[in-house]
Amino acid sequence: MSTNHQRTLVVVGNGMVGQRLVEALRQRDPQRRWRITVLAEEPRPAYDRVALTSYLTGTSAADLSVVPDGCYDDDCVLHLADPVDHLDRDARTVTTASGRVVAYDALVVATGSVPFVPPVPGADLDGCFVYRTIEDLDAIRDRAADTGSGVVVGGGLLGLEAANALLSLGVRTSVVEFAPRLMPAQVDQGGGEVLRRKIQELGLEARLATATERIEAADGGLRMVFADGSSLDTGLVVFSAGIRPRDELARSSGLEVGERGGIVVDDGCRTADPAIWAIGECALVRGRVYGLVAPGYDMAEVVADRLVGGDAVFAEADTSTKLKLLGVDVASFGDAHGATPDALEVVYADPVAGVYKKLVVTDDAAELLGGVLVGDASAYAALRTMVGRPLTDTPERLLMAGPATSDLGDDAQVCSCQNVTAGSIRGAIRDQGCADVAGIKACTRAGTVCGSCVPLIKTLLTQSGVVASTALCEHFDLSRAELFDVVRATELRTFSEIIAGHGRGRGCDICKPAIASILASLGAGHILDGEQATLQDTNDQFLANIQRDGTYSVVPRVPGGELTPEKLIVIGEVARDFGLYTKITGGQRIDLLGARVEQLPAIWRRLVDAGFESGHAYGKALRTVKSCVGSTWCRYGVQDSTSLAIMMELRYRGLRAPHKIKCGVSGCARECAEARGKDFGVIASENGWNLYVGGNGGFRPRHAELFASDLSTQELVRLVDRFMMFYVRTADRLQRTAAWIEALTDEHGDGLAYLRRVLVDDELGICADLDAALERHVGSYTDEWAAVLADEEKLGRFVSFVNAPDAPDPSIRFVTERGQIRPATPVSGDGPPVVAGPTLEVVR
Amino acid sequence: MTMLDVRTWTAVCRYDLLQPERGAAALVGDVQVALFRTHDGAVHALSNRDPFSGAQVLSRGIVGTRGDVPTVASPMHKQVFDLRTGVCLDEPDTAVAVFGVRVRDGVVEVSSP
Repeated sequence: MSTNHQRTLVVVGNGMVGQRLVEALRQRDPQRRWRITVLAEEPRPAYDRVALTSYLTGTSAADLSVVPDGCYDDDCVLHLADPVDHLDRDARTVTTASGRVVAYDALVVATGSVPFVPPVPGADLDGCFVYRTIEDLDAIRDRAADTGSGVVVGGGLLGLEAANALLSLGVRTSVVEFAPRLMPAQVDQGGGEVLRRKIQELGLEARLATATERIEAADGGLRMVFADGSSLDTGLVVFSAGIRPRDELARSSGLEVGERGGIVVDDGCRTADPAIWAIGECALVRGRVYGLVAPGYDMAEVVADRLVGGDAVFAEADTSTKLKLLGVDVASFGDAHGATPDALEVVYADPVAGVYKKLVVTDDAAELLGGVLVGDASAYAALRTMVGRPLTDTPERLLMAGPATSDLGDDAQVCSCQNVTAGSIRGAIRDQGCADVAGIKACTRAGTVCGSCVPLIKTLLTQSGVVASTALCEHFDLSRAELFDVVRATELRTFSEIIAGHGRGRGCDICKPAIASILASLGAGHILDGEQATLQDTNDQFLANIQRDGTYSVVPRVPGGELTPEKLIVIGEVARDFGLYTKITGGQRIDLLGARVEQLPAIWRRLVDAGFESGHAYGKALRTVKSCVGSTWCRYGVQDSTSLAIMMELRYRGLRAPHKIKCGVSGCARECAEARGKDFGVIASENGWNLYVGGNGGFRPRHAELFASDLSTQELVRLVDRFMMFYVRTADRLQRTAAWIEALTDEHGDGLAYLRRVLVDDELGICADLDAALERHVGSYTDEWAAVLADEEKLGRFVSFVNAPDAPDPSIRFVTERGQIRPATPVSGDGPPVVAGPTLEVVR
Repeated sequence: MTMLDVRTWTAVCRYDLLQPERGAAALVGDVQVALFRTHDGAVHALSNRDPFSGAQVLSRGIVGTRGDVPTVASPMHKQVFDLRTGVCLDEPDTAVAVFGVRVRDGVVEVSSP
């Protein structure tokens, strides 16, 4: 409600920090003494720039938004795509590009920064980009689609983030850094070297101590010429060599700016003009411009407090960082460079494993000052909270094992992005009943920005005795993974034994299929044997996929999508003779729809006789291994992707899993098999195969991430064997590989790194067992449909009615559309219903 | 007080044709009935029509329990029904018809609802 007593706050800029100010002020000003007008340059409301790269791997622009519903209303207005280009301090007005003039009582400049583009000739050529906004990413993605190579200028935090993004677009990427090491601001020479080796293993070329002299257009692409006379041809260039504060409003209105830019403000974030404030990356506070979001948030809170009459000041900011670049953990915190007088450094380096850790301590080794972690940053969250405190253990032991979480004092900061202490989190658990990470996030906002403290939050939850329920359902207190271990260890092989020993009641639609899947994964015979038949969902019960009208679809396996003309003809004949609707699936096979239960055996008799077998389209199991024609036919192919896909599909067919598993193999980096949209995807390189894991389409699309590169076929199969079996054993019910890896990340800090430790380094000592389990599966595979056709008792269940086994369900009605059947829905009313197709099978 | 049972019973199949904890569809006149034999040996009969999808599929659901209630979950979208009353436990405003059912001389007989 507007009142005459209202004053007007104008916020210039709607980035993460500007948005934070709006929310912080709204919270502190419930009487609405301030009316807020936000004037933004970008065409969309504030979004999570920290997570920007995820936009390229499937996160939508809407998902990235950080603006809560209902944030803006009559008293709080946001104008998008209308930047302020003039400030009149005398009149206390701003004027926007569209000519809008807004008067203010207080003005907060939150204009952020622009990427620094070095003044080299050619930096403005077509194909040169910066990396800051969603629009930048759209432009880079468009260009990347037409080129195979890219260069990032800048090997700092943002540069490596951009390089990571280019790699995720399938672009061969080099990083050019002026300094002699990567991430010069965060890590020291030793850490930088470990980082360089690690990312080089992952296919990223790093040119260090290299100055770019000019960029030229060459052969439809770009040529970078360096100071030493060498050159590099590339399809695109991304500049990510630091930021420059957006301080032009201050400059044009006579406000003081720093020597290297930045609007000069005092500890309260106020400029020399008492009505004007600056926060975030455009502000120069305590002689420094902060390029991190956490200090920006602190500034927003300070100004919000001041606007309601408080006297908050901006304290020294924590510039600790932890991030995962190309699967490599990098963290630095506190005095990472040992700048404190007489500081001692304790270093642990294992170049073979790619781990580098350094702690900086006081000269008496009594207090922790800071540190650098590369390759294994699992101790980061706990170590960071100890900065400035007495050491709880010897520096060597802290380096190797990390501190115990019970050592965390209540005032130790757990989340530096949102400034949340261990005490606040313990309070939320105790007083507000928070019982899981999501609850803690909602109550305290801890873990909502970069997420690096989530493992620590989990530890605090566990320590408080609050354990999130992992019970499968009301019948079992165990999680699926626990149940799997129990069944594997006890050799119980019937549902009745399992529920009598480890559960209660008679089960449900959750635990029964889960146990059926576990039994199948452990090789307990045909899925319709004995009691197992009663555990199956209808799809597994009838080995076909139920459709909306109660009919089923039939999908024969077509390994790798390769199909002889003879077999293609058989599918056509079967579809014609049974009057089925046919459609090509996304997995390179053919779906036959509209089959009634009692028709399934006759349909499959024909298919099995022609050499087809079950495609497991109905099962939580391996579906298909999609492939391109590869080097056999394609002029671009570098490996025989079709043969590999067929081999893998035949190897893993029938393996029951917590969810469906889809795979793909592409014969070159053009990726026609869309392997990165699969649970595991293989992409050929000149030197072998690159393995990607954890992708999926569906409700929440995800690109698979690079797990290992340049593998021989044997190495690849071994890794995939272990990946599959470990997933089968440890994932939750209905958890695709992507969600499983995310859960591993929550538990172990970095899911992919953890998987490498388990599946490559055999950290848990289970690889031989996983290998043997997969070999058992391969050795015991039989076609489910052929087995049913050979078993009269099982065949006897494929009836429409127990008292009229061959009578068609009279409620099933089809109409024709485009020359084929489809279910006659109540709304269709077009064309006369037909009970079945043009001809019926009469001879078995 | 004694009530005379005047319902018409139709024999549908032998009891031992029903698999424990699995359903089977039966055609009674032109009505489709879903028969369920539970773990304790009891037989229940509901309409085979899943009221949420309209498809005649309830007999193909998974049989189990919720608390002490014997249940079947629709194979289409997993809504759970009480086998004794036909009431949908997830949406109690919805129910399916319950048929009388008895076993005589090893034969399952069904009556009108």
